[in-house]
Amino acid sequence: MEYFLQQLINGITLGSIYGLIAIGYTMVYGIIGMINFAHGDIFMVSSFIALIVITALGLTVSTGLGLTILALILVLVTSMVIASVFGWTTERLAYRPLRGSFRLAPLITAIGISIVLQNYIQITQGARVKPLQPLIEDGYTLMTRADGFTVQLSNMQILIITVTIVLMTVFSLIIAKTSLGRAQRACEQDRKMASLLGINVDRTISMTFVMGAALAAVAGLMFLLYYGVIDFFIGFVAGVKAFTAAVLGGIGSLPGAMLGGLVIGLIETFWSAYFSIEYKDVAAFSMLAIVLIFLPQGLLGKPEVEKV
Amino acid sequence: MINIVEDPVLTVEHLNMRFGGLLAVDDLSFDVDRRDITALIGPNGAGKTTVFNCITGFYKPTEGRITARHEDGAKFLLERMDDFKIPKVAKVARTFQNIRLFGGMTVLENLMVGQHNPLMIASSYTFGGIFGLSGYKKAEKEAVELAKYWMEQTGLTARADDAAGDLPYGEQRKLEIARAMCTKPKLLCLDEPAAGLNPRESEELNKLLLFIRKERDTGVLLIEHDMNVVMGISDHIIVLDYGKKIADGTPEEIRNDPSVIAAYLGVADDEVEEVEHEIEEGVSS
Amino acid sequence: MADTSNSASRPGRHLDFSKVAKDLIVTALIATAIFGSTIAFRTVSAAGGLRLEVRYDIAFYVIAAVVFGRLLLWIFFWSKPPGTSAIEVPTGIKSGIAKITAKVGKGFGPTMLLFALVFPFLPFTDRYLLDLSILILTYVMLGWGLNIVVGLAGLLDLGYVAFYAIGAYSYALLAQYFGFSFWMCLPLAGILAAFWGIILGFPVLRLRGDYLAIVTLAFGEIIRIVLLNWYQFTGGPDGLSGIPRPSFFGLEFTRREGGFADFFGLDYSSIHRIMFMYFLILALALLTNFVTNRLRRLPIGRAWEALREDEIACRSLGLNTTSVKLTAFAIGGMFAGFAGSFFATRQGFISPESFTFIESALILAIVVLGGMGSQVGVVIASIAMIGGFEVFREAEQFRMLIFGLAMVVIMIWRPRGLISTRIPSIFLKEKKAVSADMVAQGEGH
Repeated sequence: MEYFLQQLINGITLGSIYGLIAIGYTMVYGIIGMINFAHGDIFMVSSFIALIVITALGLTVSTGLGLTILALILVLVTSMVIASVFGWTTERLAYRPLRGSFRLAPLITAIGISIVLQNYIQITQGARVKPLQPLIEDGYTLMTRADGFTVQLSNMQILIITVTIVLMTVFSLIIAKTSLGRAQRACEQDRKMASLLGINVDRTISMTFVMGAALAAVAGLMFLLYYGVIDFFIGFVAGVKAFTAAVLGGIGSLPGAMLGGLVIGLIETFWSAYFSIEYKDVAAFSMLAIVLIFLPQGLLGKPEVEKV
Repeated sequence: MINIVEDPVLTVEHLNMRFGGLLAVDDLSFDVDRRDITALIGPNGAGKTTVFNCITGFYKPTEGRITARHEDGAKFLLERMDDFKIPKVAKVARTFQNIRLFGGMTVLENLMVGQHNPLMIASSYTFGGIFGLSGYKKAEKEAVELAKYWMEQTGLTARADDAAGDLPYGEQRKLEIARAMCTKPKLLCLDEPAAGLNPRESEELNKLLLFIRKERDTGVLLIEHDMNVVMGISDHIIVLDYGKKIADGTPEEIRNDPSVIAAYLGVADDEVEEVEHEIEEGVSS
Repeated sequence: MADTSNSASRPGRHLDFSKVAKDLIVTALIATAIFGSTIAFRTVSAAGGLRLEVRYDIAFYVIAAVVFGRLLLWIFFWSKPPGTSAIEVPTGIKSGIAKITAKVGKGFGPTMLLFALVFPFLPFTDRYLLDLSILILTYVMLGWGLNIVVGLAGLLDLGYVAFYAIGAYSYALLAQYFGFSFWMCLPLAGILAAFWGIILGFPVLRLRGDYLAIVTLAFGEIIRIVLLNWYQFTGGPDGLSGIPRPSFFGLEFTRREGGFADFFGLDYSSIHRIMFMYFLILALALLTNFVTNRLRRLPIGRAWEALREDEIACRSLGLNTTSVKLTAFAIGGMFAGFAGSFFATRQGFISPESFTFIESALILAIVVLGGMGSQVGVVIASIAMIGGFEVFREAEQFRMLIFGLAMVVIMIWRPRGLISTRIPSIFLKEKKAVSADMVAQGEGH
């Protein structure tokens, strides 16, 4: 029971990170119907930027908690801004010229951009794994089992889950209430009609990429702080899983992406805890296949009525 | 209403189709005679295409029975069959309201795909074909002959090697009918075949459909808005409104059916006589 | 800036100064954000944690290069009124070029084939070139195999490398555990890969479009992870080594008596085996091409293409779309299986590292860049991609970077691929190529 609870906490934390990345996939897919393969690598780049800023600020565990949090906000904002520039630029250079053309073409350029970003970071930042000493330690002991096993909720986990919930709320509000969100939903429904009604479709799509990249940057910082190691390849694995999460939750649906992220995070954590850590990805991917076969529209997606 | 169908190729009994809370087809029953051109008409949103989709297996009806009968007495319960088996086994072919051709393939290729199943058998499920067995070559030649026959009937011979997507609209409609005919159907279901055609093309379509009925022993069931086509060629008309059958009979009977006029003009039943009266006055003045 | 004003005053050229200046400033800002962050600073491990290494100079040069490049683009390409291309080609020449390319296109296949046949005997062909051509031919074969699935049937498969891996491991394991020879394993590997294609296909082929893509990707990863972790059986990350080499009708390529060289009275040379490998993969690739071309003219091939064009229409004509998709998957997988067992025997060593997603992406890129469904396009794209990749061998670190950039640039230049017209599978009077605008892309896209 205690062990289960601990895994549940760990799973939710991991799931939050996946969910944040998944939102980027789901928004882009919703609006232009393409798998933005490079999104995982934007996440990777942003975690490197976060690492650079943290190092530049000279943050260590001995920095006081209040100061650490203030500094982390600065780190977060910087990496969100720079990641947004990366996201905007990739869209502008690699996807926009192919708008309205053959649908496989942007997928190929996305794969190309993914290769470029991975190798760019490998060249500029080095191929070796980058370790970061934990910045936020301590936490709360929720339960103690007779044999001394404790259920821990670390401050880091609290931070990740809180930030995720806050950002989810903010972004849901943006989509629901602002004119940008309305424009996005309109473009999702019918891009041509939206442009006829005076919506700047190109800008709306750009903003979607920017928002996705910004959220990926949040996930990048969380990943860095939580795991303390990053390398140039983390984007691919996390990206595939986050896309899996987006599909699982029902692609195009924001709450779906979050839910899908949680499910994938939980499956992965529980599988590692109870079965074998080597096959955790197999478990996550198999889950995807199973869900898609029995529930093709995903958990929260709208069922598609075949138009004849 | 008297039953005018003697030899039904298709019998629809108590068909119901529900989408969520919407009852798109409500307890519909009708017969289609093997030698008739039967028209299914009704205002927009009456559920005509839904009926078609149920017959051809794209939707599974919520309730009801759809039976296809061949001359040899074979019976097929369409609502229980996989969609692709309906044209393959029960020999019910269809066309679509928004034309669905293989746009990147030529006219001839489209017609060859229509003959996929017999050709598949002739090529011993590819294994014979890959080694170039003579049986397949012969079958392919016959298939080309049938395709040529239908191209001639539809006036597409000159366009045989052009991409289907390159054809003008009217010819695309004809090609879709020709392709459906290449499956050698017992019943051909046409979803608004005259939509978007000019009067001359529409006239040609009438001739083609009459030819199909007379020469090819194929029953025709069509959805149509163009009253020239409907009244000009059909032997039997079924009128739908809000998913219900409101009339069923010969063109003459339908023309004079007050509830049909009401459905099209959108008035309550008790006002029908009034409306009829007004129309007559309008015509005479 | 003197340059700019010059070109602006030339007739037909038009440069709006303030617009350009604004654009360049924005470019500089963006480049600063991108390169200023990641080039100027680099984290390096130091005692007690990380330390920043600063390289402002390199970052500055890169940013300057980007801005200058943008300026050049403005001057040479964007200074004309919209609608006119930078270099005008008279229509006469244009149609002439079209005619020539059409003619060349017709002769291209046979010429390439002839060249491929004599290539190993040409005076300049050395071991390095031969090895490179074997690699290219392997990708040609894989590209042709995937072309069936993606180009003809229009099903987006992002896990094609899984079938390649299955073929390679089938051979390696069958040889290791049962001592089967290459020639026995070759068909078995193909059959096993096809079998896996069907196993995978049954549940997932009902999925539409991108879902299919992601599930195939997941399948590819699952296979790789299993190969990586099933240590007792597959050797895990260490892979399998000592995979036996194929024989030439029972003749081994060894120095010993009774070997290939001895039998034909030649002096032993290690190049014989490589030449044999070359012809082996050439034959396998040609087999793939031959079978694919044959299948295209059979009902099954037409059904694949019809499926790509319109699945609903297919069902309305009585085509069992599930089995049509399954055959495409199985046959595509089979050729990858053949290629995989060739790969195993050529390398003599395989490990899961050879079967990563990037391989799938590369094969898919070859198919799409070549022009979906075009057999000749796959050849050109393979030569361009793999050959180009080799050209940049010197710039080792930058090789993949350039490769990725090239993928992006080529795709933007020709979104439909290099050869985008479709040749009909049957004709009545005249074979007319179908223009790319007509051809659908299938449901995967």
